[in-house]
Amino acid sequence: MVRVRLENVSKYFGRVAAVIDLNIHVRDGEFVALLGPSGCGKTTTLLMIAGIYKPSRGRIFFDDEDVTDLPPKDRNVGMVFQSYALYPHMTVYDNIAFPLKLKKTPKSEIDRKVREVARLLQIEELLDRKPGQLSGGQQQRVALGRALAKEPDVLLLDEPLSNLDAKLRVYMRAELKKLQKELGVTTIYVTHDQVEAMTMADRIAVMNKGRLQQFDAPEVLYNRPANLFVAGFIGSPPMNFVEGSVVERNGEYFFEAGGFKVRLPAELGRIGAERGEVVLGVRPEDLEIYRRDGLGGVEASIYVVEPLGRDSIINVKVDGTVLKILAPAEIRVEPGQTVRIRFKPSRIHLFDKKTGRRLTYS
Amino acid sequence: MRLRVGRGILPWLFLTPLLVMILIAWVGPLILTVYLGFTDLSYRNFLAFIENFFTSKVHYTISNFQRILGLKDPKIAEVIRTTVIYVSGTLAINAFFSLLLSIAIAYFLRNEIASMILRVTWLLPRVTPGVIYALMWVWFVDPRYGMMNTLLSAVGVPKSWLPQSWILYTPYSRILMIMINGYVGASFGMIIYTAAIKSIPPDLINAALVDGASDFQVARRIIVPLLKWPMLFVTAWQTLSLLASYEYILMVWGGGRATSDAYGVASESGVLVWSLYSYGKAFAEKLYGYASALSMILVVIGLALIILYFKVFGFRRMMEPSKVEV
Repeated sequence: MVRVRLENVSKYFGRVAAVIDLNIHVRDGEFVALLGPSGCGKTTTLLMIAGIYKPSRGRIFFDDEDVTDLPPKDRNVGMVFQSYALYPHMTVYDNIAFPLKLKKTPKSEIDRKVREVARLLQIEELLDRKPGQLSGGQQQRVALGRALAKEPDVLLLDEPLSNLDAKLRVYMRAELKKLQKELGVTTIYVTHDQVEAMTMADRIAVMNKGRLQQFDAPEVLYNRPANLFVAGFIGSPPMNFVEGSVVERNGEYFFEAGGFKVRLPAELGRIGAERGEVVLGVRPEDLEIYRRDGLGGVEASIYVVEPLGRDSIINVKVDGTVLKILAPAEIRVEPGQTVRIRFKPSRIHLFDKKTGRRLTYS
Repeated sequence: MRLRVGRGILPWLFLTPLLVMILIAWVGPLILTVYLGFTDLSYRNFLAFIENFFTSKVHYTISNFQRILGLKDPKIAEVIRTTVIYVSGTLAINAFFSLLLSIAIAYFLRNEIASMILRVTWLLPRVTPGVIYALMWVWFVDPRYGMMNTLLSAVGVPKSWLPQSWILYTPYSRILMIMINGYVGASFGMIIYTAAIKSIPPDLINAALVDGASDFQVARRIIVPLLKWPMLFVTAWQTLSLLASYEYILMVWGGGRATSDAYGVASESGVLVWSLYSYGKAFAEKLYGYASALSMILVVIGLALIILYFKVFGFRRMMEPSKVEV
């Protein structure tokens, strides 16, 4: 197992920049997710680590060895593709044995390893079949088997679950995470699904438009997003944003946007006041809803209610802005009704309106 | 008033013009060939034959087939030998060399412009008018003015190896025959193969590279096995068209007039192939019955070869519907 280090890696296709100045250090045995919307450069990054693409600039290291100029066959990486990319003319057995055959592994050794991997992934009874005769979930496990059979230093997974149905995806999420911990193989996992990244990864690298936005543990991304993009991308339903400014009155700080007025914790308020124009962010679960007057907070009218069973997403309108609130299902409100909402002060995020960066005070 | 045509009739309505053409230009001659093959039609009894066409007065015979299959025709053995050399040699270029060429162009050569230039180079003979193409070869191999011998000497081929005439002496004439036809024919396989290679999902090739394959191993273990179907198609198609083709041989070696010298120097130069022999028998010697029998046997050989290919390539297995959703 190895550490993987990307230093100032950029990749251009003609004039199009796919990845710009990427710096990522993956620890030995770590499970890292590359998360971002389509076209953010995450798959390009993975293919550079695999050696399929050569970076336009920057270096890639496995431990302390510079592998930037090594072809894929000299890197000992295993990779699972989104399409699985099983060789249609070979049986499952031959698919899994293929990387071992290329390494000139003795036949008996190949047989032992193929059967071991097949047992691990519960595909023993499929070994004689061709990929065309397998279901999506089975193909996915064969692809994983092929990547694991060669005992790679680094395991690369490119959206491996995105072609599975919802139920199987949730099941495989846990299976993959358990398998990765058991094998202890350094794993880099590309996904556009923030739930997959949050549930599986030790750390997540959020990318957008070729640039790294934040690289941190899931709870840090969630609780202290570095910028507006990360704040909006992580979490479902997404964070509410309101543009406005911070003003000081009698030693107290308020966020104001039209008829919208929220009192801020003193330290956050002071930093916000220095910037003037800011964006306030608050997660749906950090808003509380009241039906009675006189408890402070902001007046709002119910816009739409989306029941989810255990809880509901209540959309309220405050002075023309729609906010989403995650509330227990017991709270019964009707569209058009006037209510009051309260912000949990410690859970308020402020972002610089111009740069989109988080304003911090620690 | 709206014309009401049922769904059952409509397709046939559209197909009729083509079916009529097929009937006249293909089925008709086919029946005629089989029919004539069993007669002794020639210039000697031509008028009498026309009068008695398809009646019992025609002299039916199997002597044509006896002559050919019993090797009683003194030229037949030579024609068979030449045809085998011609078809297998040209096929090696058209079906196999074009495969190597396509893999080189579509996989190894990453430079789009260089790949395009190569492709165009191999397509040139196909877009050149056949007569001009044949004429260029005649000039090219001319021992005194042509560039062939000059070029070969330039790359170090000893003078003593070069023939007085590429056209007249075997084995040079046969090499020339294969080159002329191969250079035209390779582009057909090249177009089919490059399209097929380009349609292989890039993920498959990337997967093989990550699995540790070198570029050569990718070509041999991934690309070639996935080209089985196009290979069968190109081989079968080229076999049939080579068996039936003689136009370049006729143009380079054949005589100028449709008289008994239609074969020109083809026989003496060792390039008299079956279809040219059949053509000569019909339109130079005017032995129509005999020529028809020759053609018929060629068709049967062609069909037999196609069945053999299907067996070799495992046709039934290839026809199984794919379940891969890529």
